[in-house]
Amino acid sequence: MTLLTPESLAQIDREIAKYPAEHKQSAVMAALRIAQTEKGWLSTETIEYVAEYLGMPAIAAYEVATFYNMYELSPCGRHKITVCTNLPCQLQGAGDIAEYLKKKLGIGFGETTPDGRFTLKEGECMGTCGSGPLCLHNNHKMYTRLTPQTVDQLLDGLK
Amino acid sequence: MSTKVCLWTLDHPNPASLETYVANGGYSALKKILAEKTPAEQIIEQVKISALRGRGGAGFPTGLKWSFMPRSFPGDKYVVCNTDEGEPGTFKDRDIVQFNPHQLIEGMVIAGYTLGARAGYNYIHGEIFELYQSWEQALDEARAAGYLGKNICGSGWDFDIHAHHGYGAYICGEETALLESIEGKKGQPRFKPPFPASFGLYGKPTTINNTETLASIPWIVKHGGQRFLELGKPNNGGTKIFSVSGHVNQPGNYEVPLGTPFAELLEMAGGVRDGHRLKAVIPGGSSAPVLPAEIMMDCTLDFDAIAKAGSMLGSGAVIVMDETVCMVQALERLAYFYFEESCGQCTPCREGTGWMYRVVHRIEHGQGRPEDLDLLMSVGGNISGRTICALGDAAVGPVHSFIKHFRKEFEYHIENKRCMVGD
Ligand SMILES: Cc1cc2nc3c(=O)[nH]c(=O)nc-3n(C[C@H](O)[C@H](O)[C@H](O)COP(=O)(O)O)c2cc1C
Ligand code: SF4
Ligand code: FES
Repeated sequence: MTLLTPESLAQIDREIAKYPAEHKQSAVMAALRIAQTEKGWLSTETIEYVAEYLGMPAIAAYEVATFYNMYELSPCGRHKITVCTNLPCQLQGAGDIAEYLKKKLGIGFGETTPDGRFTLKEGECMGTCGSGPLCLHNNHKMYTRLTPQTVDQLLDGLK
Repeated sequence: MSTKVCLWTLDHPNPASLETYVANGGYSALKKILAEKTPAEQIIEQVKISALRGRGGAGFPTGLKWSFMPRSFPGDKYVVCNTDEGEPGTFKDRDIVQFNPHQLIEGMVIAGYTLGARAGYNYIHGEIFELYQSWEQALDEARAAGYLGKNICGSGWDFDIHAHHGYGAYICGEETALLESIEGKKGQPRFKPPFPASFGLYGKPTTINNTETLASIPWIVKHGGQRFLELGKPNNGGTKIFSVSGHVNQPGNYEVPLGTPFAELLEMAGGVRDGHRLKAVIPGGSSAPVLPAEIMMDCTLDFDAIAKAGSMLGSGAVIVMDETVCMVQALERLAYFYFEESCGQCTPCREGTGWMYRVVHRIEHGQGRPEDLDLLMSVGGNISGRTICALGDAAVGPVHSFIKHFRKEFEYHIENKRCMVGD
């Protein structure tokens, strides 16, 4: 039995094919992303598995997983909401949106609701400032021009 | 309507489609150079004449950068596009990838042809993952249509482009950190020299350009360097996308000729938010020194004019602040950003960014000391010029300029343990 599904492995293989054959390690960022999408977070076991799959030292994959902020090294809620609080978004009301989210979920940044449904995180500039305030859902889907109403709708839709 | 080099597809239905691009002359520059076997020197000459300057922040002349590439070096060479847009305030490259991906593809392929590269990579900011996916679709379309991959346009020449994504590290926008990241490592900048043109991706000669820079190339090849130059002003060729954020009525991207007065851009963005007054502007992304309203209102938007006014055009990210902004609080958030994003390799940057953040934080929270402003100036001075990459200087720019132009507010905070603005 492999640790990742055949679908995930097929996705990783497509990433590997982008790089010269002797540089499979280049696919590690995508491979860790794919593994995290499947598992929800990256355990040491998962990281070691990815490293072995790419023929690189486990420590090198671990360094990558710890360097980049969007990898999760401990279990997190089913729905991770990352709010950008950098200055341009803040000028456009991100502070209020962040407060609204904290109050509504009853948690602070870096915390997970007791039912394991939501994790709230503070993010840096996501290169989309013109449409702030904004947030990312599970790293990959962005919600822009947030208001308390659209935050309510978003959270209601995430079970 | 004024000319737009990069975001013109937005005036069409289905801006991102291959049909829209081709129906409006897209890929014709590539076809022409392949059919005519245009010599690389000739293309580089046109890029030099165009006075295209790097759109990623440093404003380095693109033609000159391209001329550093050892084109006849026999082994592999690479073209890398920098779409790691993470400089707070900047959101233009995402719009090029979203709304005009084929022009970026054409620009990268022309760069590949000119620089003798075997492949190209586009490094896309992790947080805009949806665009990583749409970009891969655009690459597939271009391959299917014969503009990319094997035997491009029947020329017998092969060149492919791949997407690589970041995953939450601002420092990977720095070109050598970006290369490390493509190699599957931590994104820590390399010592320069050697420069990427001699030792780049996998140790091979590599040219790295910003998304907007590469997307401007097809226009230059098609219309000639002279016409591009004439769109802007001497030494500042072309149009430029300005990302306007903060306290304006219509935040967004506005593509205008370099040399456009700031007052005009502000008007395009709907002016300062209703009922408020302009206080300050960061004209080129968070790393650029802040300028007070009076200075900014007299400025034109080009590399030389903004430098003369004491700041940088940078990435063209214009962050607008009205009179309600507490400059201490604004600086605190920026100082936190640089502290958080320092890669930690150099002691002055790793320690200095943390120190500056803690001092600004205590001023903001009513615990500032009279000597803190001098302390900030001196910590900053000890970072500048003593680090591997420019993030160190980028972190100092805001601190020094906020204090220089808004010293009174900082002093008020320290003395009265509260803010001069608002409450
Ligand atoms: C900390 C730091 C972050 C940077 N971020 C970016 C970025 O997000 N996008 C970009 O194009 N250039 C960025 N740069 C500049 C690049 O190092 C490089 O100069 C640029 O990509 C070259 O392209 P150009 O000549 O076309 O501007 C950054 C530089 C530093 C020091
Ligand atoms: S200046 Fe800062 S970010 Fe740049 S290499 Fe040194 S520690 Fe890293
Ligand atoms: S500051 Fe929030 S996306 Fe740029």
